[in-house]
Amino acid sequence: MKYLSLLTLVPLVGALTVAFVPRAKPELAKRLALIWSIVVLAVGVAAWVAYKPNGPRLQLQESYTWIPAWGAKFSFAVDGIALVMIALIVLLVPLVILASWHDAEKSKRSVPAYFALLLALEGTMIGTFTSADVLLFYLFFEVMLVPMYFIIGSFGTDVPAKQRQYAAVKFFLYSLVGGLLMLAAVIGMWVYGGHTFDWQTLTDVEFTTTVQRWLFLGFFVAFAIKAPFFPFHTWLPDAGGAAPAGAAALLVGVMDKVGTFGILRYCLPLFPEASRWFAPWAIGLSLIGIIYAALVAIGQKDLKRLVSYTSIAHFGFIGVGIFAFTYQAGSGAVLYMVNHGLATGLLFLVVGMFVARRGSTLVTDFGGAGKLLPLLAGVFFIAGMASLALPGLAPFVSEFLVLIGTFTVNKPVAVIATVGIILAAAYVLWMIQRTTQGNTNPVLHDLAPMKRDLSLREGIVVAPLIVLLIVLGFYPKPVLDVINPAVQATLTDVVTPERADPAPATSTVEAGK
Amino acid sequence: MGELVLNLPALAYPALAPMLLLFAAACAGVLVEAFVPRGARNAVQLVLSLLALIAALIMVVLRAGKVTAENAQTAAAAVSIDQAGLFLQGAIIVLGIVSMLLIGERTLETGGPFVAQAAITVGSELDRKQAAKESGATEVYPLALFAIAGMTLFVTANDLLVMFVALEVFSLPLYLLCALARRKRLLSQEAALKYFLLGAYASAFFLFGLALVYGFAGAVDFRAIHASVNNSPNNVLLLIVGLAMLSIGLLFKAAAAPFHVWTPDVYQGAPTAVTAFMAACTKVAAFGALARVLYVGFDGLGWEFTPVLGVIAVLTMLVGAILAVTQTDLKRLLAYSSIANAGYLLVGLLGGGKEGLSSMLFYLVAYGFLVIAAFGMLTLVRDADGEATHLSRWAGLGKRSPLFAGVFSFLLLAFAGIPLTSGFVAKFAVFGAGIAGGQTWLVLFGVLSSIILAFPYIRVVVLMWLNEPGETTPSVSIPGALTSTALMIGVLVTLVLGVWPSPLLDLTTNVSNFIR
Repeated sequence: MKYLSLLTLVPLVGALTVAFVPRAKPELAKRLALIWSIVVLAVGVAAWVAYKPNGPRLQLQESYTWIPAWGAKFSFAVDGIALVMIALIVLLVPLVILASWHDAEKSKRSVPAYFALLLALEGTMIGTFTSADVLLFYLFFEVMLVPMYFIIGSFGTDVPAKQRQYAAVKFFLYSLVGGLLMLAAVIGMWVYGGHTFDWQTLTDVEFTTTVQRWLFLGFFVAFAIKAPFFPFHTWLPDAGGAAPAGAAALLVGVMDKVGTFGILRYCLPLFPEASRWFAPWAIGLSLIGIIYAALVAIGQKDLKRLVSYTSIAHFGFIGVGIFAFTYQAGSGAVLYMVNHGLATGLLFLVVGMFVARRGSTLVTDFGGAGKLLPLLAGVFFIAGMASLALPGLAPFVSEFLVLIGTFTVNKPVAVIATVGIILAAAYVLWMIQRTTQGNTNPVLHDLAPMKRDLSLREGIVVAPLIVLLIVLGFYPKPVLDVINPAVQATLTDVVTPERADPAPATSTVEAGK
Repeated sequence: MGELVLNLPALAYPALAPMLLLFAAACAGVLVEAFVPRGARNAVQLVLSLLALIAALIMVVLRAGKVTAENAQTAAAAVSIDQAGLFLQGAIIVLGIVSMLLIGERTLETGGPFVAQAAITVGSELDRKQAAKESGATEVYPLALFAIAGMTLFVTANDLLVMFVALEVFSLPLYLLCALARRKRLLSQEAALKYFLLGAYASAFFLFGLALVYGFAGAVDFRAIHASVNNSPNNVLLLIVGLAMLSIGLLFKAAAAPFHVWTPDVYQGAPTAVTAFMAACTKVAAFGALARVLYVGFDGLGWEFTPVLGVIAVLTMLVGAILAVTQTDLKRLLAYSSIANAGYLLVGLLGGGKEGLSSMLFYLVAYGFLVIAAFGMLTLVRDADGEATHLSRWAGLGKRSPLFAGVFSFLLLAFAGIPLTSGFVAKFAVFGAGIAGGQTWLVLFGVLSSIILAFPYIRVVVLMWLNEPGETTPSVSIPGALTSTALMIGVLVTLVLGVWPSPLLDLTTNVSNFIR
């Protein structure tokens, strides 16, 4: 079975079919989009089953000729890290489509276009994870911007037109700047790496120290903008605040992970020496991100911007986990990428449900909403707890792995990062308290939508995410089994010998699970 | 008394046939003006030009199968119709055909985009009358054919004198074409005059450089110049100054900074179809000739000219990109973008070697189709005063005409170098050649310039899609068959070269060597 090319192509074909649905038939477009996304989900499940956790590093390989003159091919392959990210995408997209059922109607624009863009976004995002050819990866990395740009710019109806235009353009330009820097690095790598784009071949190329550092920098800046790491993060709150909630869930939950995934797939294995050389800087940026973004999140008045800032803090944890260069921290970081997608995805979707009812994204416009909407407030609470990594919910496992893996090699970093957990408790609890607890804001009583609690459609959206958050909180083994071999393969080149032997720590973690 | 014997050089007619045919067709076009009744002229001229171009293209393709290193040069080695030369000729002719379709469009406004009689005083009673109903001048066809024929000679000239003659042959018709806009005639005439005056300066520089090089090498053909670089006892300063002046002449045509100042005015003032023609074909011709001069005649001076041209490339890329940001008129915006693109082409050229040349050839073709399509799109957005090219007028066009805005957005993304468009592949090729040729610093500036240049493109996309249409948003005309065909070709090529560039990449790699 050609799982990976199917996974990449099916959503794009789906996007085309949905785009041609006449404007006057929005219901047809929505259903068609949902069906397509479920088909993709089925292919994704099949790919997961076909993948052998203890098999070779890259699996489900496919390769087709593309530009022989440059040694570029349409080659697809996944390792465990890519596989779990793909699983996250194929799971989130149907839920997002379901959650965004009425979102596009608020704008005066074509409803089919919105769902076509969502599917196009899904296809291009999957493409970044399935590519085993650097040029192909770059292609998806860039093209991915286009649908998201139009989603933010055209359908971000929660904010005034000027603001969403600003957010869309800022998003596009930031990403494009990163993309073009990466392009320079890709070209450089191609020239110095023997005129090939094949990832597997390139991992065997020894670049000289200077070349490595420059190429690393080109890739890293692109990924740091995408992730985003401090100080390249300023586009995210604008984009996350302006995008419709469903799209924001995809933006923060998945698209940004392309950045951290890119670091794991491209920066570390291709430029191991440079990675070690830059690691202290990357960890420094991550730590600043954890503390700074958490502090700013506490002060946010806008719910969607607040969630965006919490994500920047979480990306700091992922960054620390990657650049600590130990196996537990690495596994923790990858697991965090999955769990953060689930937790923040849920948080964004629930916030979207609140915002749709209240017609406002401001924290102060709520207050005591829990009395009117007890179920929704409960879901919101769970999402918040997941976001602050409460033990028993999935993000706790990953945060714990990151911290313990870091602690074995670098105690100060682990300690500073722990401060981030305390701050996370502050911003999450405050947010929940100011929106759902306390005296009910009298205005809310007059709003008819505020009296409709979780609908069946919304229940279907949140249920799988809550279940997964709880199950993976207690039993992360199925995911870790897929992640661990891939992380070990990824980190072998960068882990220094004395770091590679944290035997006691490993047993502690195993016991902890 | 000895008899004066003139040894005429042997002419290889099969090699020269495309050029001879084009010149003949252009002359026939002039005769058509004299003998065919007015009503029928446009159709006759259009068919004649297209047939001539297609026939010439077929001849070029047939010739490409037979050309070898031995039979490439003819006319006493004054022209070198080698593989690269044939590719350039083919590119010019193909792009010429597509531009000719735009030039031939007569359905968008009464009488077409050209003035009936350029000599009539602007604003006079007669002028208003001709603007209202008279059909446009049909002299544009022979003029364009002369320009195309001159360009095909220009890129195969193996001798500085022939190159100069060809330069003039293709420049003079272009000056005239610029002056023939039906609307905004003062702008058009100003453009023509500016282009002519500055072009005359550039030609003078070229001629002066030619003289200096002759002083050094004692010959004007590239083989002799190449040989003399190492052997001549003369002062090498003559050669260097000579080359600098030749380059000024060529870089002027290529619109490289600081010789670019004419470009925005001329691109804006000229009839848009002619602008498209100039942006595509003149670029091919100028860079083809520049490559031949540098690779064939003066390659021994590589160490001297590469840093200087490198600085010019950086300047060109930055000036084009930065000034594009400040533009409020789409034609000027595209003009500045074409300046920046000249810089990217220089990066490929300076990369040197086979890779440099082939990347440049690829870029020329990809950019040519892209820019023709983009200017072709501009001719469709009109109001009562003709084309509405001011940026502010395009606000909300995406709501009124989603198909138009979609296609134009695609073209802008191609300009910005987003993957799956020819713009990306082309940029990759020239930057790759630049790094491979040890010009990494140029590539870094290239990337910087691309980043800056992305902003104006995105701004247009934002304007079309995310802004609300205003009262004065112009309408998008339905293009006639000719414009539709030209647009379709341009857009399709941009897409195909982005997705499946292999055939053209292979071709440019195969043809990229000049015969000295």
